[in-house]
Amino acid sequence: MDTLFLAEVTLAGLGAGALYALTGVAFVLIYKATRVVNLAIGEILMLGGYAFLGFAAGLGLSPWLALPLAIAAGGALGWLVERALIRPMLGESPISVFMVTIGLGSILAGVVQLGWGADPLRLPEFMPSTPVFIGEAYLAPKVAIGFVAAAVVIGLFLALFRFSRGGVALKATAADQGAAYSVGIDVPRVFSVAWILACATAAGAGVLIGAIGGISPTMGVFGLSVLVVVIIGGLDSIAGALVGGLLIGLVEALAGAFLGGEFKLVVTFALLLVLLMVRPYGLFGTHEIERL
Amino acid sequence: MTASPILEVSGVSLAFGGVRALNDVSFTVPEGAITAVIGPNGAGKTSLFNTISGFYRPQSGSIRFAGESLDGVRAPQRAARGLARTFQNIALFRGMTVLDNIKLGRHAHMRTGVLDALFYWGRAQKEELELRAEIEERIIDFLEIQHIRNASVGTLSYGLQKRVELARALAMRPRILMLDEPVAGMNREETEDMARFILDVKEEWGVTILMVEHDMGMVMDISDHVVVLNFGQVIASGTPREVQGNDAVVAAYLGSGDVGAIARRIKAEAA
Repeated sequence: MDTLFLAEVTLAGLGAGALYALTGVAFVLIYKATRVVNLAIGEILMLGGYAFLGFAAGLGLSPWLALPLAIAAGGALGWLVERALIRPMLGESPISVFMVTIGLGSILAGVVQLGWGADPLRLPEFMPSTPVFIGEAYLAPKVAIGFVAAAVVIGLFLALFRFSRGGVALKATAADQGAAYSVGIDVPRVFSVAWILACATAAGAGVLIGAIGGISPTMGVFGLSVLVVVIIGGLDSIAGALVGGLLIGLVEALAGAFLGGEFKLVVTFALLLVLLMVRPYGLFGTHEIERL
Repeated sequence: MTASPILEVSGVSLAFGGVRALNDVSFTVPEGAITAVIGPNGAGKTSLFNTISGFYRPQSGSIRFAGESLDGVRAPQRAARGLARTFQNIALFRGMTVLDNIKLGRHAHMRTGVLDALFYWGRAQKEELELRAEIEERIIDFLEIQHIRNASVGTLSYGLQKRVELARALAMRPRILMLDEPVAGMNREETEDMARFILDVKEEWGVTILMVEHDMGMVMDISDHVVVLNFGQVIASGTPREVQGNDAVVAAYLGSGDVGAIARRIKAEAA
């Protein structure tokens, strides 16, 4: 086997996997804090890409200003969605809340189509295009930048959750909301911050993904691949999202290169099925113990 | 009662739709004493607790704590002011150790910022060390849970979990400790241990205690003051002895024995 080819496929797979992981973190954050499976995360990611396009191309701002603005727009959307749609659903069945997020996704996709049309668009170039070589293996520069950015953000999140009081508050809220509230943790604020951070992260991931592959109103289906990632990693584990993301990225790239593109999804979902049979709560997810 | 009240509940009413959980409830909790709230199932005891700790917002009435009104004060701020509580069905942070659970009780009092904590320097380190010393020396030794301090709470027996919940509440440096059925489901020995801890908390720590409890033996043994709730209303209050002899209390628990009384009550409520 050609080792150089293998190395290049592996690198590309890890690059894609890092973006899965980053979006996975957004998923996990919301699930951990609020126990909501947010299926609209793919559409929020898409909106991040379009917001960037709007700021950079529409308003003619520098991409380096448009990027933080797009991330901030994602955060603002997260805040709004949590306050206006999710909090009133508090105490409703999880399926109802899940359906609300599906509806939200459709609305966001529709809004984007109304504003920018259904055709795929390219984001303005803003990343350096010098090819990156690791050893002899070539890596597309945008993929490399995406990988580094995702790694930095995930590393930051991991450190924050481990060492800050906010991280402790998140963990406590995830474990028992009533108890957290009673020891002085502002649970509604944890909800709010989790949605803001998650949606800002998703919007940032949207800009990275859009820079690599362009943006379109159907980009939200990326969220479904990420759902596979977080189910494999464990819905409530940041580390799980990281490992699951890299794993799925790698598996997809290898399957695409050696078995053919049509096998990508087959292999991914076969992996999901096997894993769910062995570890139904994911690789790193909390094993719910029911004592009777 | 000579001590001044630390908690004053006056005219509190709470309804869920058509169900009146609390109806014009008023009573006071004297500082430094043990006050028990008793009453039949569904009398509104836990609703009362949830209202005092800020989980529910009453439709009318007010609650004053240490001379200040709690109107508009949210649950986390009430916790920071020294209102600590435990729950009827244990609410611990599962998956965490006993020590971590207890440390979380101090959350509301910590002032460390994100950056301090991230680098674990200065204030963060000092605060952590002080906290650890206080918890180790005072709370863990006091409640006799040294042997399980690094155990995961999910693996502990029911009685020990209740004790960890009490430890976490103590770590909150409470001025008033609210215990919701502290000995429910415990055996005789566990009940006696818990009763002893509650008395010690009152005497050694000087913490006021407000508890809901069904174990009449324990309530009558250790309480200084008893409030009886039935159908969301206070029907009696006083010392354990006074309450035990009260006709309304006996009727609430045992029924009045008078068949005509039920018919009269139905008629009165229909009118």
